[in-house]
Amino acid sequence: MKFDKKDILGMKDLSVEEINLILETAESFLEISTREIKKVPTLRGKTIINLFYEASTRTRTSFEIAGKRLSADTINISASTSSVVKGETLIDTARNLEAMHPDIIVIRHSAAGAPHLLASLVKQSIINAGDGAHEHPTQALLDMMTIKEKKGRLKGLKIAIVGDIAHSRVARSNIYGLTKMGAEVLLAGPATMLPRDIDQMGVKVFNKIEDAIDGADVVMMLRIQLEREKQNIFPSLREYAQRYCLNRKNIALAKKDVIVMHPGPLNRGVEISPDIADDPSYSVILDQVNNGVAVRMALLYLLGGGHE
Amino acid sequence: MSQNKIKTVMDKEGIERCLTRIAYEILEKNKGIENLVLVGIRTGGVHLAERLQKKISAIEGGKIPLGILDITLYRDDLSSAKKKPRLGKTKIPFSLDNKIVVLIDDVLFTGRTIRAAMDALIDFGRPKMIQLAVLIDRGHRELPIRADFVGKNLPSSLWEAVSVNLVEKNGVDEVVIKEDN
Repeated sequence: MKFDKKDILGMKDLSVEEINLILETAESFLEISTREIKKVPTLRGKTIINLFYEASTRTRTSFEIAGKRLSADTINISASTSSVVKGETLIDTARNLEAMHPDIIVIRHSAAGAPHLLASLVKQSIINAGDGAHEHPTQALLDMMTIKEKKGRLKGLKIAIVGDIAHSRVARSNIYGLTKMGAEVLLAGPATMLPRDIDQMGVKVFNKIEDAIDGADVVMMLRIQLEREKQNIFPSLREYAQRYCLNRKNIALAKKDVIVMHPGPLNRGVEISPDIADDPSYSVILDQVNNGVAVRMALLYLLGGGHE
Repeated sequence: MSQNKIKTVMDKEGIERCLTRIAYEILEKNKGIENLVLVGIRTGGVHLAERLQKKISAIEGGKIPLGILDITLYRDDLSSAKKKPRLGKTKIPFSLDNKIVVLIDDVLFTGRTIRAAMDALIDFGRPKMIQLAVLIDRGHRELPIRADFVGKNLPSSLWEAVSVNLVEKNGVDEVVIKEDN
């Protein structure tokens, strides 16, 4: 199959064939990061701009390393050190960046739909690195790659996603992607963190963590966004941890060979107990980070600036 | 429309004899298997490399390391390619430092694949020497590249297509030449 997308905006827009091609390509890229010389000349002379309006270490670093290992020139712009603080609009920033002839723009923005707006304005390829509470497709792809690597497949697996589903772009992208690939997705969280009608996305919804992880092949814990405590969606971190923290006791309900995932950064002792997060017989959190670079290399390669 | 004439230029026995001769030539030129490694270029060179590895162990005893190289990321036509070619896995699970590397491909044509393969190999270390073995040399070089071991020289026209079919991949061992019109 041929990949002819201009942009990667969300898992919602990717077909099963496209997802398979991206994951397969990413598997081939894994090897480059194990070499002594971690660089191939593929994107020599291409320019990638990482435009980050929100804080990020993992995703921004991952995109930057992915670009550099493909020999592209990568430039990072963060909102706090750019003309954004002088009041420049996203559209003006985009037009100005376009005038400098980059090939790919990676954007993270707090507003859902910002990458889509950008994609409709400029001729460069746009990759969504997270837009508001909407989508985070590269995270979902690296999660799917990690599950496939550990379980050999996605189809038919029981995958629990636990935490603040309502504010999580990671959850939304994974739900789109995993259900498309034939996995069974089960959600759990307090009622205030579950969007209404979320079951229409083809998932099962529970209030108790135990019900979702019972018999699960994969447990994906979401980060509790600490800044949300003020919004009264949960009474206190302590109470949340008592009911929803993944620990030795509740993990025993899942399948024996369950893997535990987390998109990071971890709130140890809030959504995941440290002994689970650090236990290599469960935790694949660092595999996720390793696969993240490969997935982003695959996307940069497939988009690769040949779309004039 | 397409009156493709297909002509078989080498059969199963022909391929076997060529590979046997190349195996002996590799051993003769390098005086044995010390520091010798084989690297097959995806996809056409992989099965030929496996067969050469078997033949060399049958003659000399001992197994020489075999790697697989995908050259896609080193191609010189990627930035103009609208659709990106499918990427295969590279597996070279040993050091190439100070090794004699025999690169193996099915057909030597423009030489651009071999240029890409040499660039890739050098990213893996500093081989003592790189040699090239091909089953078919069909001419029309666009770069100053020459094979050290050749199964058969096959003068061809630019509008002809030369394919090496192998049992492992195509169910039959043969070299065919097709006139594309």
